[in-house]
Amino acid sequence: MIADPSWATSRRAMGERKIRVLIAKPGLDGHDRGAKVVARALRDAGMEVIYTGLRQTPEQIVTAALQEDVDVIGLSILSGAHMTLVPRVMQLLQEKGLQDVVVFVGGIIPQEDIPKLKALGVAEVFLPGTLLEQIVHVVRQSVKRSLQTSE
Amino acid sequence: MTTREMTSHLEEALSRWEEQTLRPTLARLPERAAEFTTTSLRPIKRLYTPLDVQHLDFERDIGFPGEYPFTRGIHPTMYRGKLWTMRQFAGFGTAFDTNKRFKYLLEQGQTGLSVAFDLPTLMGLDSDHPLAEGEVGKCGVAVSSLEDMEVLFDGIPLEDVTTSMTINAPAAVIFAMYLVVAEKQGADWKKISGTIQNDILKEYIAQKEWIYPPAPSMRLIVDTIAFCTREVPRWHPISISGYHIREAGATALQELAFTLRDGIEYVEWCVRAGLDVDAFAPRLSFFFNCHNDFFEEIAKFRAARKVWARVMRERFGARDPRSWMCRFHTQTAGCSLTAQQPYNNVVRTTIQALAAVLGGTQSLHTNALDEALALPTEFTAMLALRTQQIIAHESGVVNTVDPLAGSYFVEALTNEMEQGCYEYFEKIDAMGGMIAAIERGFPQKEIQEAAYRYQQAVDRREKIIVGVNEYVLEKEPIEVPILYIDESVAEIQKERLRRLRARRDNTRVRRTLEALKEAARGTENTMPYILECVRAYATLGEICDALKEVFGEYQEPPF
Repeated sequence: MIADPSWATSRRAMGERKIRVLIAKPGLDGHDRGAKVVARALRDAGMEVIYTGLRQTPEQIVTAALQEDVDVIGLSILSGAHMTLVPRVMQLLQEKGLQDVVVFVGGIIPQEDIPKLKALGVAEVFLPGTLLEQIVHVVRQSVKRSLQTSE
Repeated sequence: MTTREMTSHLEEALSRWEEQTLRPTLARLPERAAEFTTTSLRPIKRLYTPLDVQHLDFERDIGFPGEYPFTRGIHPTMYRGKLWTMRQFAGFGTAFDTNKRFKYLLEQGQTGLSVAFDLPTLMGLDSDHPLAEGEVGKCGVAVSSLEDMEVLFDGIPLEDVTTSMTINAPAAVIFAMYLVVAEKQGADWKKISGTIQNDILKEYIAQKEWIYPPAPSMRLIVDTIAFCTREVPRWHPISISGYHIREAGATALQELAFTLRDGIEYVEWCVRAGLDVDAFAPRLSFFFNCHNDFFEEIAKFRAARKVWARVMRERFGARDPRSWMCRFHTQTAGCSLTAQQPYNNVVRTTIQALAAVLGGTQSLHTNALDEALALPTEFTAMLALRTQQIIAHESGVVNTVDPLAGSYFVEALTNEMEQGCYEYFEKIDAMGGMIAAIERGFPQKEIQEAAYRYQQAVDRREKIIVGVNEYVLEKEPIEVPILYIDESVAEIQKERLRRLRARRDNTRVRRTLEALKEAARGTENTMPYILECVRAYATLGEICDALKEVFGEYQEPPF
């Protein structure tokens, strides 16, 4: 297991490698159409994408993020449990020293929750109808920004 | 003129039109696209003529409503006799909250109930289970025990309403709870009517809320069907569902073909278990999605009836005409709703609902405009219901049976859908049936592929979604008020469960759970044992866990 985030950061800072993304389905929600479509779009855009499969706990997601040394986590939630699950993921990322991993949320998210999620450190929230090219673009930009700030 | 002479005459006429009228027009004004396709990306021709339906025989393929092959509807008079059941799916928060919403909907003229359960309930978990955290009451009502079910239907006489319950992996348990509530109300099981979804195959394919592996899951379904034929004869023990398959990204044809092939699988299992096909087939029901592409959807519904009638009569040798009828519920497409400019969703839903009615649905749920953002509020739920009432009472489409029959386009499309189904059936049969196909990921992969192709078409703006990739507004002009479910629901549920577990006769609970496990290990019908557990106030989680001990749990194969 790669547990040394400083090593991961320096490797990332060297630039060369592909953006690594973990697409995760936290909670009990089984709606995985969005997660799978986004995973494939990011893959087609040249990123390395790991999909966790369904019903992962925040602990499992953060462990996978650490093991897979990802730059980005995409959380897909359509069940309304985002205000419980996302804060838990963000807190665990902090605890594991993974605060520079960029986190996105996609799914059925009421407007009023978007600022709350962003205040927790979520980089962007994608609602139904978001175009794939937009997701790819925002992911690339955010990883670039994150690398600049962590250098 | 012979048929052949007529055909060649028409072909000549068509070529003449193409040459003399069409060609100059195209030269002056080219069409807007090289190809026109449906929402499912199926190519559609410029023009349909009698040539496209020449191989169809009126009596064999179209015929009369209420008669084989039921292309035109399962009732001879359709909506002239009785309107479809307006059945709005509802459920959120605690059983108290949803009971209030049910009473509100009934007061507004809704004619049947439809229960949405929360995710822990759908997964057979009690509200106080650690995995339920954050999910209790969110996308449906939390029901962990008979006590919750009693509250849910408090003041609603179960002999007088019909209730549809969207529940699958733990369907037998939730159904048992409903039956015990009916029993306590003094309602006669022989008179109560409704539906449990109870369709595990589409869970493996699309919705993904499973508990047990396929074989024991199918056994539970056969048990409920067998139990209903004896004890609850007016109940629909299964609603074979394409809705979720479509929502996961399937095309209209895939939705239809996979759903009907699931239906074949259930019938095969029941027949193998020794049930007479005509004893249970009249109680089978279906559930379809209705997406935006108006004619494609109508063709899908008409083809559904035709294919199912042929399957039941020819493949299974059913003799009772009621066994041949594909009766179905329809829900407008949740996945067609946009979070952007959500008021536009009212218009989308209206078009979809109209297609469902022209397709001859038996019941209908219209989505509320805010469902790409959250659960509907009381106001948006009412507006969705009003949409159906306007179609029923103001549009005039109900005045005649199957008004689109005979349209060259609709009949050609209906026939294409039918033939497409048979092709999928052949493939799946060759794989060894639907369960074998699911285990190798066949329908799942087909759906994923279709979902991706569709999204790419949207991204490339080959498919325009108003407000999403065209006519976009920088700022939403109107904010939509949201129904918010807070964590107090989970707290209330936890407290109710704590008190229930302290108050009930726990020896009886243990005894009934042991008896259920024993029955599950053998071949007896499990329903009477589940009913005993429910009567003892064993919780949903306890009953599902007892069965897990015997049946094990399903793991999705990676693909």
